[in-house]
This record gives sequence, C-alpha cells and structure tokens, in this order.
Amino acid sequence: MSATTIDTATGPGKLEPSAGRQGTFPDAKRLEYAMTSFLQDLGATAALYLEACVHCGQCAEACHYYVQTGDPKYTPIWKIEPLKKAYKRHVGPFSFFYRLLGLKKAVTLAELESWQELIYDSCTMCGRCALVCPMGIDIPSLVLAARHGMQAAGLVPRDLWEPTDRANREGSPLGATKEVLKERIAWVSDEHSVEIPLDRDRADVLVTVSSVEIMKYPTSLAAIAKVMRHVGASWTFRSDGYEATNFGLLAGDRKGQRDATMRLINAAIAVNAKVVILPECGHAYQALRWVGANVYGKALPFRVLHISEFLAQEIRAGRLTLKTDPRSMTFHDPCQVARRGGVSGAPREIFRALGADLREMSRTPGLNWCCGGGGGVITVHHADPLRYRVFHLKMQQVEETGADVLVSSCSNCRLTFDDGQAHFHWDKTAQSLLEIVANNLAETH
Amino acid sequence: MNGASLLDFARGPAFEAALAIMTFGIAWRLAGIFALARSVDRSEPRSRFSGLRGLRIILSRSWPRAEFRERVLEWDIVGYLFHIGYAVAFLGYAPHILLIRNLFGLRWPGLPGGIIAFAAGVSAASLLALLGHRLSSPVLRQLSNFDDYFTWLVTFAPLVTGLMAYYGIGADFQLMLGLHIFSADILFVWLPFGKLMHVILLVFSRGTTGAAYGRRGAPV
Repeated sequence: MSATTIDTATGPGKLEPSAGRQGTFPDAKRLEYAMTSFLQDLGATAALYLEACVHCGQCAEACHYYVQTGDPKYTPIWKIEPLKKAYKRHVGPFSFFYRLLGLKKAVTLAELESWQELIYDSCTMCGRCALVCPMGIDIPSLVLAARHGMQAAGLVPRDLWEPTDRANREGSPLGATKEVLKERIAWVSDEHSVEIPLDRDRADVLVTVSSVEIMKYPTSLAAIAKVMRHVGASWTFRSDGYEATNFGLLAGDRKGQRDATMRLINAAIAVNAKVVILPECGHAYQALRWVGANVYGKALPFRVLHISEFLAQEIRAGRLTLKTDPRSMTFHDPCQVARRGGVSGAPREIFRALGADLREMSRTPGLNWCCGGGGGVITVHHADPLRYRVFHLKMQQVEETGADVLVSSCSNCRLTFDDGQAHFHWDKTAQSLLEIVANNLAETH
Repeated sequence: MNGASLLDFARGPAFEAALAIMTFGIAWRLAGIFALARSVDRSEPRSRFSGLRGLRIILSRSWPRAEFRERVLEWDIVGYLFHIGYAVAFLGYAPHILLIRNLFGLRWPGLPGGIIAFAAGVSAASLLALLGHRLSSPVLRQLSNFDDYFTWLVTFAPLVTGLMAYYGIGADFQLMLGLHIFSADILFVWLPFGKLMHVILLVFSRGTTGAAYGRRGAPV
C-alpha cells in the first residue's frame, strides 16, 4: 500500500489561490443555504451509502490523488465528511441522539471552506473509488451532493465558477456564443468543403457540440459533418441548442444544469429529432443521457447517443464504411462515458472496423486511470500542480501499452492531455476518435 | 456477582433483552433510512434487464477487481480470515448450534472443538492485525471514530472470552462462560447502532449501486 511519490509539482502551475466565494450574503446565510441543499440531497440512497461505510479506507487506493501523493486527506469518502456530518446530525435514524448528546457538532462555514479543495480541486468524480468499495458506495454521487451545497453557499472555486456563470449568462462557458458558432461553422465549412447545416426546421438527428471543440478543436465540426454526409443522415446543428457541456453539473449549480439541459431538449423537440448526438465530451453524456429525463420530469421523446455510439451503430448498419488504419492505438475511456456512462463497447467496435491494433490500458474496459481534468478540475488553475501529479499516472499507463497512437472520445480529456503533454514535454498527442473515423471514411459515395 | 449468577443473568434476561434491542434497533435504523425520499430515475435503461443484471455486484464485490488487487488484496485476505474464522467459531461450535436450534429450530452438525479453537484463534489474530493496521495507516486513522474502536472491542471480546473458557484460562469456567455470553449480549445490543450493521446494509448498498450502474450498462 505504498503511495508513489514523484516530483512533478514544479511546473507552470499557478500557485496563487483563487478567491472561492461568490455573492455578498452573510456567513450565516451561506451556511444555511449549504445545509438546506445538503438536506435536499440526503434521500434514502445517500443515507444508505453514508450508513454503510465501514471506514475500510479502500477507496483511497483507487483514487489517483491519494495514490500519487500518499496524503490521507484525498481519501474519497473523507472528501464528503461535511455532508456526512450534516447527515448524522440532522437526518440519520439516530440524529436525535447525536444532537441531544452533542456527539456530532454542527457543520461550520470554516469547515466548508477548508473542504473546498477536496470537493472541487481533487475530485474528478471519475468513479474508480465506487468500483473498489466493498460496500458498493457510489461516492461520486455524494461528492455531487456536496458540490450542490457548496454552490448554494457560494463556495465554488473562482476558476470553476466563472465559466459556470458565463454559461448561465451567455449559453456557453467558454464564450462559444451563437454568433461564434455561426462564424466557426461558416469558416470550417469553407475550409473543409463540407456542408454544415445550421438551424434547419426539421431533422432526424440533432447534433450538439462541446464549446471546447468550437474554441479549441473546430476540426471536429468538419469531422461530424463528413461522417453525417457519408451516412446520408438528415441532421442539423441548432443555434438555440448546441452547447452540450454543462458546467452547472460540474459546479453543483442545479438551476444552471437544468437550464443547459432544457435548451438541448427544447431544440431537439423543435426540430422533431429522433436522435440527439452528444459530442466527444464526458460529462455532457452524463448530463443528458442519464440525468436529462430526470430534469425533464419524464422520458425524453428522443434517443440520446454519444458520438461513439452513433458511429458504432452506423458501422453495424453498414452505412458507415471505413478504410483500414492498422496503426497500434490505445484508447483512453472517458470516465463519464465509459465507467460511469456504460459506453465502452462502441469505441472498440469502431477500432475493429478500422482494423487498428488496439492495446488496452486496463483489463476491464473503462477502468483506466482518469486523465485528471474531469469534474471541472482542469479549470481550477491553483490545482494545476496536483493535476500534473495525477496526470503522470495516466501518462505511465498510456506508455505501458506501447501503442503509437493515443485516442480518446472526450474533448475535455483531450484538453487535459494537450496540457499535460506540454507540461511534461511528452511525445504523445491525444487524437479524437471521431476525427480518426472522419479521416478514414471509405469512398463509397 | 459470582460466576453462576453472572451466567444465569447473561444467558437469561440479558440475552433476551439483547435480542429485543437488536431487533428493534435494526428495524429502527432500516426504517430511518428507507423512510427518506427516493428519487425516480426516468432515464431510458441501457437495455430491458440491465438494472437487474447489475445486481450481480451483491456477490461480485466480495472480491476486488484485478485492477485493484495489487493495492488492496492483502488486507482483504486478513479481513476474510477474521470473518471466516468468526463464522466457523460461531456457527460450527455445538453449544452455539444448540442455542440457534432453540431459537429458530434450525440445526446442523457441529465441528470438533479443536477446529473451533483454531478458527477462533485465527479470527482473533486477524482482528489484532486489523486493529494494528487501523492504528498505523494514516488513511484509516483519519477515518476512524469511536464506532470503529468500540465495534472492534465488542467483536474481539466474545472471541477471547470464548477461547479462555474453552481452555480454562483465567477465572473459573462458570465465570468465564458468563463473561463470554455477556460479551456476546453486548455485541448483539451494539449491532444496530454502529458499523456492525454492515452485515445487513451490505446487500442494500451494493444492490442500490448495482441496479443504478446496471441500468447504465456500466461496469459494476
């Protein structure tokens, strides 16, 4: 059980702390809002998890933050200690005795503030901890509940709150407004000689996009357009529902999360879409595929597919045919798509169709290490030195496969890989699975 | 209180009270959990029975996945030695079986005393090792509270007093047996209030996660 320690904390990480408070309401109110939010999330499922923990500490052994630092504060179940304390004191079956005998003190604002780095900076909600827990506790769902409380109290790290707030105001966290989308589409369409439909009234397929793709990897817009042209789909982007990233989910902002989800749902309904395709973005898949119907309040009137699921479906149907790309490749399963989303078979079908020499990172698809950038962590710059330490673990895992090409299907993972590559002067660049497919379309039309 | 009166008390009124408190406590704790609001998941399941398939976690999570074994298996094995030794000593010893038969009408053949003593010894040694691990591991020290140490004590006490009574160590047989049964009474009383409750919650917590992950088609 020794923890690996490496000296990687000397990079260009910005060490000055970000201000981690929003709003101007008094401290007592902050605490009250946090507690109200905690109690809202402490239903039977959370209660069962909090009651079931036997303090075995095994979750630490699955967490990249603990494994890389050996610091016990990164033990996953410890990251939600304030939530657990609130539960024991106010909700649990013996809460009366805890209060009467003073066995559990009330959570304080100072505690919440000191837990901010554990709830936000050092948890990507990647879910490896949930797969080692002998009691089967889904710790990421508890971290999410803790984030809800922190957001209600105005205690989100500034670097994460800013894009969340921007998304609430502009519809996109990274400035990918409707106008920017239109400009990008016009440019990419011209550059790659491919039609990219926008704002059609009717389409079978609504394609959505991540603002990371719009701003950093616009080639992916051409890639999806080429694939859709190849398979002959009736599809469109919609300027009233294109942004699939959901910073509300990451920050713990319930309203922001709901608004972002409803924009997509309403756009899909407006075009009478049968299918909504989510981009190469992990948490976008979580937000719409698994939480969307719960936000909507009923079953969604369309199917929701991650782009890799769509590609695999089209390959199976014989509409998508590919040229062979026999290079040795390894695939980084995005946590929220594979481990927590259930999509691990589809990418492998695509690699088979490409004739690629796939070299797995873990025995069970989806159990690979997280890149360290998920859960909004990549936005929190004062946590960069820590993020590089956990990225080192990912880098080692990739190298151990001996594959020539590193592929993923999450633009946020890709961003994290690009950043880590620059930091460590690594020779591997993460490729997009969608773009590899788009570059290998067989000439059948 | 001499040995005979302690023995009478421990296996008489104290035992009955312990079982009553245990039963009531378990019901109270389960009701306290399951009476809370439960949200309905409206997402479309990965496939029709995928949620049910996820319930295999109830058994499969009893052994760590290959990806985690390097870091957790050794202490899992010690944990298993403790649990198996405890179960053999509890369920295999003829006087215990007699007690269970009187309570529930179930019976099965007992194991020789030597095997019981060996199992109890292995269990006690494993418990000591687990306590040492809890005290020496920074992660476990941080997580541990009164419940962890008190539960350890009430779990350890019946093992030690049972072994002492069996080998005639310490006090006279009646007193040792009285202490043994009384320590078991305390164990039963404590079960619903601390982490021992995992023997019951285990199925529910694993099952809840298994159903949710299975619904998504995610690995459990």
